[in-house]
Amino acid sequence: MSTAHAARILLGKELRLEFRTRELLTTTVIFVLVVVVLFSYAFDPTSTESRRYGPGLLWIAFLFAGSLMLNPSFAREQSNDTLDALRMAPVSSFAILLGKMLANFIYMAIAEIILVPVFGILYNISLSGVVGRLILVLALGTLGLVVTGTVFSAVSAHARMRELLLPLLLLPILAPLLIAAVEATSSLLADPPELDVTWVAFLAGFDTVFLTASWLLCDYLVEE
Amino acid sequence: MTDSSDSRSRSINASIGWALLACALVCFAGYAALFIAPEERTMKEIQRIFYFHLPSWITSFSAFFVAFVANVAFIATRKPKWDWLGVAGAEVGVTGCTIGLITGPIWAHPVWGVWWTWDARLTTTFVLWLLYITYLVLRGLLEDPERRATLSAIFGIFAFLDVPLVYMSNRLWRTQHPQPVILGGQGSGLNPTMGKVLVICIFAIYGVMMIVLWQRYALERLRHEYEELRFEAESRASDAASIGKGNR
Repeated sequence: MSTAHAARILLGKELRLEFRTRELLTTTVIFVLVVVVLFSYAFDPTSTESRRYGPGLLWIAFLFAGSLMLNPSFAREQSNDTLDALRMAPVSSFAILLGKMLANFIYMAIAEIILVPVFGILYNISLSGVVGRLILVLALGTLGLVVTGTVFSAVSAHARMRELLLPLLLLPILAPLLIAAVEATSSLLADPPELDVTWVAFLAGFDTVFLTASWLLCDYLVEE
Repeated sequence: MTDSSDSRSRSINASIGWALLACALVCFAGYAALFIAPEERTMKEIQRIFYFHLPSWITSFSAFFVAFVANVAFIATRKPKWDWLGVAGAEVGVTGCTIGLITGPIWAHPVWGVWWTWDARLTTTFVLWLLYITYLVLRGLLEDPERRATLSAIFGIFAFLDVPLVYMSNRLWRTQHPQPVILGGQGSGLNPTMGKVLVICIFAIYGVMMIVLWQRYALERLRHEYEELRFEAESRASDAASIGKGNR
């Protein structure tokens, strides 16, 4: 079975599992909303300040949400030893990883589609002219978050205190992604909006480096 | 038995010898940095911290590089010795990094007027320090030795790949740390005496770090041996207990 085909089947399994309960999506969306509300209490920003700090707030909220949401990705395979079953299936270990990455990407994307317009309304930031370019930045940033996060959720799944460990592993690694995503998003909210191509290229590079590393190391990651 | 204890006592003698040599070198380096090196024109006495600041960075980055090579080698060969070298490199690197992060602000405060600034090199080092501390925390939280070795090696590789990205992103963002003074192009260069003292200090700190690295490696090997012996003893004890039960 080809890796792409296997990954598609595994993606279907992940999505079926999630959409029975929608627990990951619900908690992620609510978590980000709580952060957005708390931010307005803590800083009481004016409209110009929102433009200045909004992208940083949004990405920090996504990173924190991701570091919580990605945790069950491998951890929930453990309660019934279902990862052993996946390993026994005639599929490559990269397909297992890829299926999970795609599923996590879809969850994050759905959460972002709900949250970004809400954020724009609450902080009085007009996003109508930049939707296409914003989607590009969000997609590249989310891909980097999901690739590293899924790998590290496989690492932390075997450890003690894994819920605490995953953010600890993930957030320092994502420091360059945060800078690039925030700068790219800021350039879109500036007046006039102009996408900073350097940062988009940087995000693409980040994604490529870690996707390649996951592909090279996936056999060791998913092994017994 | 006598052979192995002989070789062990010989290796202990050798390490004591190296340690004494390093100790003497550090004493001399301290003296040279404080009394032989000339005073810097604008920064005065505080500049002397440089003789320990730079060497600890150099050794720290070398140790992290050793850890990275060991991580890759472990993934490639699955030999436990690379795991021991990985943890030794990470711990020594974190130590050197901590010294750098402490001496840096002490130097920066009188010279730059601030303890800390979020510039490319400082931020990169801070993130690097965090990453390798996390590596050590991760090792502490993984119980099964083989799994600990594999998963921490994977994290170590990811962490090391992240370092150039952190540096590039911060570089594009902003920077304030001085450009390399030595081999740094126009207007750079050290007074010759300063250069000699610096080389002595680099050798001294490097020597100490190599000895610590080696000792830490040996300690990890002993721990591995101990764990294996204990596992064997436990399985024998449980075998004996089950046989005893069967007889009764």
